[in-house]
Amino acid sequence: MTAPLHFHTITELAPLIAAGHVSSEALTRACLEEIEAHDRTLNAFITVLGASAITQARELDAEIAAGTCRGPLHGIPVSLKDLIDQQGVPTTAASRVREGHVAAADAPVTARLRAAGAVLIGKTNLHEFAFGTTSDDTAFGAVRNPHDPSRSPGGSSGGSAVAIVTGMSVASIGTDTGGSIRIPSAACGTVGLKPAWGEVPCEGVVPLSRSLDHVGPLARSVADAWLIYLVLRGEATAARWPLPAPRAIKGLRLGVPRHYFHDVLDDEVRARFAACLAWLRQAGAETADVTIRHAPGVAPVYLHASLPEAAAYHADSLMSAPERYTKNVRLRLEMGRYVLAEDYVRAQAARAVLRSEVDAALAGCDALVLPTLPIPAPPIGASTVDVAGTPQAVRSMMLRMTQLFNLTGHPAVSIPMGETAAGLPCGLQLAGRLNDTEGLLATAAACEPFVNA
Amino acid sequence: MTIDDWLESACADADRRGLEELKPLLVSLADATRALRDADWDEPVPPPAEGEEP
Repeated sequence: MTAPLHFHTITELAPLIAAGHVSSEALTRACLEEIEAHDRTLNAFITVLGASAITQARELDAEIAAGTCRGPLHGIPVSLKDLIDQQGVPTTAASRVREGHVAAADAPVTARLRAAGAVLIGKTNLHEFAFGTTSDDTAFGAVRNPHDPSRSPGGSSGGSAVAIVTGMSVASIGTDTGGSIRIPSAACGTVGLKPAWGEVPCEGVVPLSRSLDHVGPLARSVADAWLIYLVLRGEATAARWPLPAPRAIKGLRLGVPRHYFHDVLDDEVRARFAACLAWLRQAGAETADVTIRHAPGVAPVYLHASLPEAAAYHADSLMSAPERYTKNVRLRLEMGRYVLAEDYVRAQAARAVLRSEVDAALAGCDALVLPTLPIPAPPIGASTVDVAGTPQAVRSMMLRMTQLFNLTGHPAVSIPMGETAAGLPCGLQLAGRLNDTEGLLATAAACEPFVNA
Repeated sequence: MTIDDWLESACADADRRGLEELKPLLVSLADATRALRDADWDEPVPPPAEGEEP
């Protein structure tokens, strides 16, 4: 281990904490020092819980000294996207609309992390109400990408990804309604898992679109994401630790959906993806093209499924306090109030078709693989980016690869696949079968060592 | 309701509410609605083409 301890993975840290070689208090203090040193520039956190985190870490260290280890998350500093309730702490959703709110109770996911021994170090910044992909429309200042602070970290869980990359927390919990865990993971170079829909409870989490919302981990490795996922799902990780060895790459079958997904792709992302596939094949994986015939229709379906659900949740606040929203988020929520019921129903029918098509594409393979983002992290505030000589809307680009799996509910994970020449991370997305998130994680863990050159 | 009728009435409502800036978004929503309605969502999923299986 050459990097400071708070930059290591849970998998590396857990045995050291369990053996008493590393204290949770030292780890937590190191993360708090990173926040103190860098967060004025990066804006990753909305609330830092220094005192309570130190108290919690000391209690967890005392448990270790007394011979009790709760599992691999024992003593690990974890941050929560500020959409998730933690008892006694404001849940701002990065919005002035929520001024004065204090959570009365932990969300179930927070309670599970607490019970597993995670140290809750703070609440991370996000795109207001998770309704955006760039983390710049927020009441707490735009989140900045640590690889280039003039650029977005992606979103909406932007602060969570930044916190992990900069050592402000070892892992983080985000939410994903159209890609909001996977997008910032790709833009910042972390692992981000959207579990299958319904596996992880969303109670105590401010909703965006209830039928599309997912809660999941951002982490430094697939194994770390896997461990946190088990906790979020309600499993006792002590019984599952250590995780089984990664499955063999040889013979792994990967489906590559190119139609639509490769139509608009940044040249460097395209080259990195091609190199990843070549490395995976060299290592023994098999790849073959698959087709999701209605993929070109995904964006309109997503719009008509997500907007009315978001507008319904915000209807009262849009009437009583519209000036408290950031301008762009307010306008998009207002747009949702105009979607006709008949088109919302059409979108639900279309989701069933898309679900069948993704199932069919997965029938002959272990996972689908595609870039997580078609572009590197865009400049903060940009509304369009140039892709292969043509201007493209940033919002459409950011959602293009990810939103399908929110509509269908399939689990999907983003893992780092290297960087552009300018040092901006790229992400490789793998999507797996419904009700088999662990199978997807096993596949991703097998691919992970071969794709991040 | 046709999309053109819907768009006209939505833009008029946005004007009435003083939300001029919403109108370009409503135009883009109308385009998306057109795409949603025009797609052949009822067609059965075709079996994988030959050579598609890994």
